[in-house]
Amino acid sequence: MTKIFTLNVNGIDRKVETDPDTPLLYVLRDDLGLNNPHFGCGLGQCGACTVHIDGKPAHSCRRPVAAVGDKKVVTLAGLGTPEHPHPLQTAYVEEQVPQCAYCINGWIMSAAALLRDNKKPTDAQIRTALRHVKCRCGTHMAILRAVKRAAAMMG
Amino acid sequence: MTRHENSANFSRRALLKAGGALVVSVGARAAIEPAHAADSATAATTKPPLTPDQLSSYIAVDADGTVSAYFGKMDMGQGLSVAIRQIVAEELDVPFDRTKIYIGDTDTSVNQGGASGSTGVQDGGKQMRMAAAEARRVLVDMAAEKLGVPANQLAVKDGVVSAAGDASKKTSYAELIGGKFFNVHLDWNGKYGNPLYAPGKAKPKDPKDYTIIGKPMPRDDIAGKVFAQTDFAMDIKVPGMVHGRMIRPAIAGAVPVKIDESSIKDIASAKVVWDKGFLGVVADKEWDAIKAARTLKVEWSNASPPFPEQTTLYDHIRKAPARKREVGKQTGNVDDAFKTAAHVIEAEYEWPFQSHARMGPGCALVEIKDGHVTCWTGTQKAHFVQTGLANILQVQQEDVRVIWTTGPGSYGRSDADDCAADAAVLAKAVGKPVRLQYMRDQGTAWDPKAPASIHQVRAAIDASGNVIAYDFLSKGFSRVDVNTNGSQPKDTLAGQMTGVALKSGDGFGFPADSYGFANKRAAWETVAPLLDRASPLRSAHMRDPVGPQIHFASESFIDEVAAALNMDPVAFRLRYVRDPRDIAVIKAAAEKAGWQPRPTPRKKQSGDKVSGRGIAYAQRGPTRVAVIAEVEVDRPSGRIWARKFTVAHDCGQIINPNGLHHAIENNVVQATSRALWEEVKFDNATVTSVDWHTYPILDMPEAPDQVDIVMIDHPEIAPSGAGEAASRPVPAAIANAVFDATGVRIRRAPLSPANVKSSLS
Repeated sequence: MTKIFTLNVNGIDRKVETDPDTPLLYVLRDDLGLNNPHFGCGLGQCGACTVHIDGKPAHSCRRPVAAVGDKKVVTLAGLGTPEHPHPLQTAYVEEQVPQCAYCINGWIMSAAALLRDNKKPTDAQIRTALRHVKCRCGTHMAILRAVKRAAAMMG
Repeated sequence: MTRHENSANFSRRALLKAGGALVVSVGARAAIEPAHAADSATAATTKPPLTPDQLSSYIAVDADGTVSAYFGKMDMGQGLSVAIRQIVAEELDVPFDRTKIYIGDTDTSVNQGGASGSTGVQDGGKQMRMAAAEARRVLVDMAAEKLGVPANQLAVKDGVVSAAGDASKKTSYAELIGGKFFNVHLDWNGKYGNPLYAPGKAKPKDPKDYTIIGKPMPRDDIAGKVFAQTDFAMDIKVPGMVHGRMIRPAIAGAVPVKIDESSIKDIASAKVVWDKGFLGVVADKEWDAIKAARTLKVEWSNASPPFPEQTTLYDHIRKAPARKREVGKQTGNVDDAFKTAAHVIEAEYEWPFQSHARMGPGCALVEIKDGHVTCWTGTQKAHFVQTGLANILQVQQEDVRVIWTTGPGSYGRSDADDCAADAAVLAKAVGKPVRLQYMRDQGTAWDPKAPASIHQVRAAIDASGNVIAYDFLSKGFSRVDVNTNGSQPKDTLAGQMTGVALKSGDGFGFPADSYGFANKRAAWETVAPLLDRASPLRSAHMRDPVGPQIHFASESFIDEVAAALNMDPVAFRLRYVRDPRDIAVIKAAAEKAGWQPRPTPRKKQSGDKVSGRGIAYAQRGPTRVAVIAEVEVDRPSGRIWARKFTVAHDCGQIINPNGLHHAIENNVVQATSRALWEEVKFDNATVTSVDWHTYPILDMPEAPDQVDIVMIDHPEIAPSGAGEAASRPVPAAIANAVFDATGVRIRRAPLSPANVKSSLS
């Protein structure tokens, strides 16, 4: 049985009609046209679907739309734009981080939360904060450089 | 001025040569531009046929003078498209930012082999270089006619051709041919794929004149991805599209015998597609398709579990009859030499099945409309998928268009080609465009696997401690149990599930090095697949196919011999390696790492944490790489941290140091993941590695602290592959470092905590 939900995504209220158990990921991608969170595992193990829900990184593949309520959802597209980039987005371009880039939602959204809460993270803190995010292409070295560069930019 | 053939002549010849299989527009005679009679042979307003012997198949000049390159290989994220643009810009003397590239669309490029064996620059770039050089030559000839100045007195800068002594006499590429097409015949070797080569009459530039090649250039696709503005293959949507999901058997080899469609009657719009072993569902909404695939009641045939206990895998390989044996180049008489040995050193190494485990499981969108098939896919080989879809749908190849779209990483023959074929079968069955994405368990458990293998090595030592003979044997599952592309239904799950018999191919490989042992032999043997149809353990190419496994063995063994002879591992290699470029990478890595000579293992270490260093080197085609790993081993837990790598890399002429650096670094990290963590688990029934918990890969806490890279540039040597080469020596470098740290030789990959812990106890 479908229901109508109002979701606040990237600062805009959006109405969708869908089954309450539909994971937020499919609503974002298929109903709202926000392709950037990706399906990686559907199990909350990889991070490719990561969005912020009320500022906290969350796996949209595991969050039923009915459980989102009036919380604010922010996707990578809502984190920053080419005109007003988040420092991590700038750092990602400058460090030429991704290989395939399919995983970057997890890394950037998780690192953004880290840098908001910890302006000067140590190398070990960065590694720990990002320990549950997967990158299959092996871009870890560039990711570390970019997070440190972004931290320096946020100074 | 040289006469160039016109396209109408060529069309007829192409048809004769290729038996009509090519996409050619017969009778589409090139419209001749009447204003420039002199140009009539070289410019056309109608595009000549998209065939490998047309210059227009590779290069075009747009009306504004922008140069477009059309490329039949794909950039899987290593920046190949930038390197190709650098080559094209260099040869044409146009600024880099006045070039564009279109890649992997079967409607706009010829089959140059797709992403394959690190040949993007080596083969694909070679062709684009020749095409761009020919385009420049033709344009200069056209300018000579127009300006009335001999071609050898013309210079080109930024796409402007001018007379050497009279700057007022000038014209531009845009004026000469902008918006029209080259109508120039190339000397095609008649081959498709990687070996395709079609030079013109031009000679490419002397490397000493380069201004663009060799300069670090950033990728231009990263910002779009970082700002979420780029569509991946899984993001494409078309009107009327439905979502598909596949259902695989719990016992590999079982097929559905009964389907209870009423079990999904409550799921809106869900529909079953069933043909022999092929079973999928579609629904209007993606979540409904997922639910339908999970809910559908299926009765499966009573198949016997096909697989041995995983603990007996290597015994199985050892005992299985060799289906094919191949012996590589032999030197001397190995068997006789071993009879004279004072001492023989022997060892055996084991490597597991590994999964591509791409970040996103396979995804493809197939639309069949008015007899035309269009497929969006992240495949490495769009043109072969075009053939594959034509075969599985039984339509003409020219009625199929495959549009490569960036996907979730790609390291060889992944599940992408299976997914395109499955999507095509679903789309044909339901009469609607179908976007199919596999689920995580299918992406990990059911993708084609890197083959498991064993490697038996022995060396004969004389009384003075010289290696007088060397004998290397790999035995394992084939690297081409299913082929490297999905052009034949026998090589895709859709084909195999619908009854096409598997025709398993045979292939493995040899160690690639220049050790000058007087008597030297390498051989391989393949064994039959564990299940002869639609197997989750079917084996195929995965990044540097069989390179990591072979060189884990060969370079670990060299280290074992060095240790047995109480020699420093670098010095031992330098004593026997013969090729000067091999010697150079080994020396460069050792120098950069500050390597101090001593025998292994390291002495006098106590405590839980011990550290060590190891070197390994390998050739990969003309490319050579030496890697030094420095590791820390936590003895109680068995955890290894590969803390630092030093890499020396020689792939001939460097096109883009920026892209090359990332390619090397990412290879090192991914190969570390394979060496330390990756092993496909299975039980008697099927593969049990189904997600990231059951198929762990390297995570951020285990990423190295430092990767130092020495890139040796040889502008005078043709560029060779860099997409995979650095993966090759990494596992052995790590295993050698672990031996140095602990004194224990671990001969089975992965060097996971459990494996290391049990090896140390």
